[in-house]
Amino acid sequence: MSVSAFAELLERLIFTPGRNAKLALLRDWFATQPDPDRGVGLAALTEELVFTAAKPAMIRDLAAARTDPVLFALSHDYVGDLAETVALIWPERAGVNAPPPTLSEVVEALEVTPKAELPALIAGWLDTLDSGGRLALIKLITGGLRVGVSGRLARVALAEWSGKPVEEIEEIWHGVAPPYLPIFRWLEGGAEKPDPRDAPVFRPLMLAHPLEDRDLAALDPAAWRAEWKWDGIRVQLTAGPGGRRIWSRGGEDISGGFPEILEAMDFHAVLDGELLVIRDGLVAPFADLQQRLNRKLVGPKMLRDYPVGVRLYDLLFEGGEDLRALPFDERRRRLEDWVARFEPARMDLSPLIAFASVAQLGEVRDGARAASIEGLMLKRANSPYLAGRQKGLWWKWKRDPLSIDAVLMYAQRGHGKRSSFYSDYTFGLWRPDGAGGEELVPVGKAYSGYTDEELGWLDRWIRNHTVSRFGPVREVEKALVLEVIFDAAQLSGRHKSGVALRFPRIARIRTDKPASEADRLENLMAYVEAPAEA
Amino acid sequence: MPHPETWLRVTPDGLLCEPGGFFIDPVRPVERAVITHGHADHARPGHQAVLATPETLAIMRARMGEGAGASQQPMRYGEVLRQGEVTIRLVPAGHVLGSAQVVLDWRGSRAVVSGDYKRQADPTCAPFEVVGCDVFVTEATFALPVFRHPDPAHEVAKLLKSLALFPERTHVVGCYALGKCQRVIALLRAAGWDRPIHLHGAQQPLCRLYEELGVPLGELRPATVANKAELRGAIVLAPPSAIADRWARRLAEPVTALASGWMRVRQRARTRGVELPMVISDHADWDDLNRTIDEVGAPEVWVTHGRDDALVHALAGRGIRGRALHLVGLGEDEDEAAVPADEAPAA
Repeated sequence: MSVSAFAELLERLIFTPGRNAKLALLRDWFATQPDPDRGVGLAALTEELVFTAAKPAMIRDLAAARTDPVLFALSHDYVGDLAETVALIWPERAGVNAPPPTLSEVVEALEVTPKAELPALIAGWLDTLDSGGRLALIKLITGGLRVGVSGRLARVALAEWSGKPVEEIEEIWHGVAPPYLPIFRWLEGGAEKPDPRDAPVFRPLMLAHPLEDRDLAALDPAAWRAEWKWDGIRVQLTAGPGGRRIWSRGGEDISGGFPEILEAMDFHAVLDGELLVIRDGLVAPFADLQQRLNRKLVGPKMLRDYPVGVRLYDLLFEGGEDLRALPFDERRRRLEDWVARFEPARMDLSPLIAFASVAQLGEVRDGARAASIEGLMLKRANSPYLAGRQKGLWWKWKRDPLSIDAVLMYAQRGHGKRSSFYSDYTFGLWRPDGAGGEELVPVGKAYSGYTDEELGWLDRWIRNHTVSRFGPVREVEKALVLEVIFDAAQLSGRHKSGVALRFPRIARIRTDKPASEADRLENLMAYVEAPAEA
Repeated sequence: MPHPETWLRVTPDGLLCEPGGFFIDPVRPVERAVITHGHADHARPGHQAVLATPETLAIMRARMGEGAGASQQPMRYGEVLRQGEVTIRLVPAGHVLGSAQVVLDWRGSRAVVSGDYKRQADPTCAPFEVVGCDVFVTEATFALPVFRHPDPAHEVAKLLKSLALFPERTHVVGCYALGKCQRVIALLRAAGWDRPIHLHGAQQPLCRLYEELGVPLGELRPATVANKAELRGAIVLAPPSAIADRWARRLAEPVTALASGWMRVRQRARTRGVELPMVISDHADWDDLNRTIDEVGAPEVWVTHGRDDALVHALAGRGIRGRALHLVGLGEDEDEAAVPADEAPAA
C-alpha cells in the first residue's frame, strides 16, 4: 500500500479524540494493509521507527526552489507549520504518472540513498503524492509524526483485532523488530508465537485495585504485606546479555531519558520498582521528576539537578530464571538477597511496613503526609506475579485526599463526548493583592470528579455567568465555589501561585458558600509537605 | 474609452456605479442595489429597489421577508438592461444557486463584478461563465497558494468510509445553510447515498426552496424530531456553529465533520474540534482564481476582500495591475457570527 493510505490513517488519528475510535482505525489498518507496510506504518506511528534522514531545512529548500519567495513567506506565515506549508504549496506537475511510493520503499530507499541524492529522491516522491500524502511523507522522514498513538494503544488494537491476549503480545513485542512480520504471522494464525530469546523485552506489569472499605474489613493481617505507595513513575528494569532497557508502565522504552540508571544496570535480572528523584537521601516531589520525563536526551545539568534512583519492590527474573509464579514472600526474599549481593548503584529496597492489625495499618496510612507518598500498597503474601489488574491480590490504599474550597475562574470545553460541555475548570484562591485588597490567583485545573448532572449544571452556570471569552476559554464571574480535592500540594516554580496540586478533581459544588469565604492561598500552602526521608 | 476607475467607485456604502446610480452588494440600505447572490454579507436587508436573478430574489425573500427590497426586479442570466447610460447583464458565477457576476458596460468600457465564485462543478447551480473585460473585480478568499481544493467527490468518499467504519455513530456535517448544504447533499446523492439525510432546523427552509427552484435533493428529514436510534449511522447536516455545541448532544456519539475550504489547514480543523475535515468550498481556490483572471484577459483586476496581498503580488508577476479595494463587510458569513472573532470567515 502506498504512502497515501498511511496519510489517510494519519489524518484520522490526528483529529480523533476518542480512544475507542482510535482503536477502530488501527484495527482497520491491520486488517486491510499488506505486509510489510502495515508493520512499517505501525512502527512509525508508535515512533519505534524514527527517521532523521531529511532535515526541515532541506524540505524548505525543495519548496523554495519551486515557488515564489513572497508567496511562500505569506503562506508559511498563514499556515504556521513548515512541513504543512510545503505539503500544501508543493506545485503539482502535470504529466507525472509514476505511482506513489509504498511505505517500505520509502524506508528502504532512505537507508541506501547517498545524502547528496536525497533531495532529488524526496522531490520525486512529493511529485507523485497529493497534499495529504506529501504531509505524511514529510512528517515521516523528518521524524515529526507525533500522532499520539502509544505503543500500548497499538498493542491493545492488535489484541482486539487478533483475539490474542494483550499480555502475550506485550511480552514478545520488543523482541521483534519492525515491520513485525513474525508477530503478524502469529496473530493471523500462520505461525507459532515468536520467541524473543535473550532480547530485552517488556513483561506486562501486575497492577493493583483500589481498596474498598469492605475489602479492608476482610483483610487478614497475617496474609498480607504492606509497602509505601511512592509518588514517582513505575518502571521495569531489564538487563542481561541481550541488552538493557528501562520500560515505562505502558511498555514504552524510556532508557534514553535515564542514562545514570542504565549505567547502573550491570546485572542479569528483571526488576519492578519506582523511579524517583532522590536528593541527599530525600525523595523530591513529583514536580521534580516531571523535569526528567519525556526527554529523549538529558544534559549534565539535568543529571546533576534532578538525580534519579529506583526504589525496588519486585524481582521478576533472576538471571534466566522466571520467578513470577513464586509467591510474593518468596520473590521478596530473593529480591532482598539479590540487593544485598549486588548492591546496585542508584537503587534501594522499598521497605516492608510491619503491622499487626488493620487498625494499625490505618494509622500508618493516616500518618503518612510526606509528598512523595501516595498511600499504601497491600500485597497478598502468596500472590504470584500476574499480568494486569488481578482482583484480590494487590490493593492500593491511597491516603485520604486533601481539600480546599476554591473559586471557579475560567472554563474550557472538553474533547470528544464533552466537546459541547464546559468541563475543564481553572480555579483560584484568595491572596493579598498588594494594594490592601484581595485577589484570586489560579492554583489548578480540574476536569473530573463531578457527576453527569453536576457537569450539566456547571455547563449552564458557566454559559450564564461568562464575563469574557478568549478563543475556547470563558472567564466567568468570580462567584462559584468548588470543593476541590487533591492528593498532595507541592511547591512549584512554574506556577504563578507557587504551588502545584497532584490529581485535583471536583468533589462538590458549594452553592451554599459565597466566593468571599473560599479558601486563601495560605490555607493551601499549609498543606505543602516537606520531602520524605528516604 | 473611460477607465472604469472613473465610473465605478468604492464608497462607505459599497461599490457604486456612478453613471447608473446603483450599488453592487452594498453594506448599508441604498436606493438601488444590484445583488450578486443571497449570502448575508452580500445581500443585506432594507434596500429600496433590488435587481438580482429570480433565484437570488427568492432566497432573499426566504431569509429576510419584507427586508428583501421594496421593489424587486428579477433578471435572468443573459438578459440585458439599460440603467441610465449603463448596460447591465447578469451571468452565472457558479457560487450558489442564483449567484451572478454583474457585467457593466459604459461608453465602450467593461467591468465585471464577479461577486463570490468558483470553477469546480456544482450540480446545484449554473457554472461560471467567462466574460472578457477591462476590469475584473474578484474576491480573494482563498488567494494563497496553499489553498487548492481537492475533488469534492474524494472528500465525500472520506465521509462514507468513516460511516462504514463507525456505523453506529451519527456523522454530523457542519455546512452553511445556503449553497454548501445543498451541494453536500447533491454530492452525497451522486456518491450513491440514497438514505434520508437529516437536517438541523436552520438548514430546512433553503433546502425546500432549492427543491422548489428545481434542484432535487432526495429524502430529507428534520434531525430535531428524530430519535437517537434513528440517528445512529445517519448523516446530519447542521450549521457549523451547532456541530460541537449543545444542539449536538441529541446525536448518537457524533463524528463531527465540517465542509469548508478552510479545512485544508490542520490548525483550522483542530481549533474547531473537527474530527473529519472535508475540504469542500464554494469559492475559487488559488489556481482557479489565477486561471479565471487569465481567461477574462483583463489588464486590471480589483480585489474586493480576502488575501489581496498574495493575489496582487502574483498578478504583478504576470504584468496585470492589481488593486486592493479593501471593501468592508464582505467575507463575514452569518454562520460564523457565533464563533470567536479570531476565526476566519465562512467558505
